[in-house]
Amino acid sequence: MDIPYTVELRRDTGLNNGKIGIWLFLASEVMLFGALFATYILLRTGAQTWPRGDTILNVPLATFNTIVLISSSVTMVMAWASLMRGRFGTFRLYMGGTVLLGFVFLVVKYFEYSHKFHDGLFPSTNNFLAIYFTLTGLHMLHVMGGMAVNAYFWGPGAKQWKTDPAWFTNRVENSGLFWHFVDLVWIFLFPTLYLL
Amino acid sequence: MTSDHAAASDHAADIDKHVRIYITVFVTLMVLTIITVLIARVHLPIPIAISVAMLVAIIKGSLVACYFMHLISEKKLIYAVLGLTLAFFVVLLALPALTHADGYWIH
Repeated sequence: MDIPYTVELRRDTGLNNGKIGIWLFLASEVMLFGALFATYILLRTGAQTWPRGDTILNVPLATFNTIVLISSSVTMVMAWASLMRGRFGTFRLYMGGTVLLGFVFLVVKYFEYSHKFHDGLFPSTNNFLAIYFTLTGLHMLHVMGGMAVNAYFWGPGAKQWKTDPAWFTNRVENSGLFWHFVDLVWIFLFPTLYLL
Repeated sequence: MTSDHAAASDHAADIDKHVRIYITVFVTLMVLTIITVLIARVHLPIPIAISVAMLVAIIKGSLVACYFMHLISEKKLIYAVLGLTLAFFVVLLALPALTHADGYWIH
């Protein structure tokens, strides 16, 4: 049995099911990160003293990672635009670039974490580091998840382009919506944790 | 030119226009990232620093949501879902402030 409304739009929602599904999922993600941001505010406003992020964390590395993640959002949307133009080869290049940039982000994060652990700074050290590791760790898991899906569409999943290009394009768009959300979260995490 | 060819040509032109917007947004995001870092180096008083940093982050986030996530031209149902989410999100962030108003931190 075929999955309904993968390409054609439902009369009641005006959307295909994948699109409404991913947006409902993202709404739940907003609440997940929202709870952690509220925790951050509660911890910070309740603390006698709170360190500036730039006295503990590496701002140049985080700035570099911000540029990497924003760039990956552009390659992601260009991958989708390539499919809309019917250029599969260009899609492969942009999608490959998106996965690669995600990998660069993780490598930089690995060095950041290693440096902290080497200096004896752990989540248990203080509240600032506890919320830093929780928020960035959860964000990193999202980067990994997004990379796994994008790598699938770049590799084995790309076979669908030959059999059902319209559905494949929609799936890439939905995967892109998740990836842009991951970028959006980082846009708020960066100043909150590193600069203030 | 047949109507099919005309439609395909319009579609391609539409995507080209989108691509130009993506590149403009990308450059704007880069500039705003640099502005965020430079402002942080000035060491403004904390309330002002937080306000400015969040304002720039909101502008950047809006650009990503509106153009990369195509929210600027989405269906009403998506706006309804996000409107409801935003309302709960604001309540969630306001909870610490409500805790203050309750005098929880006054010892």
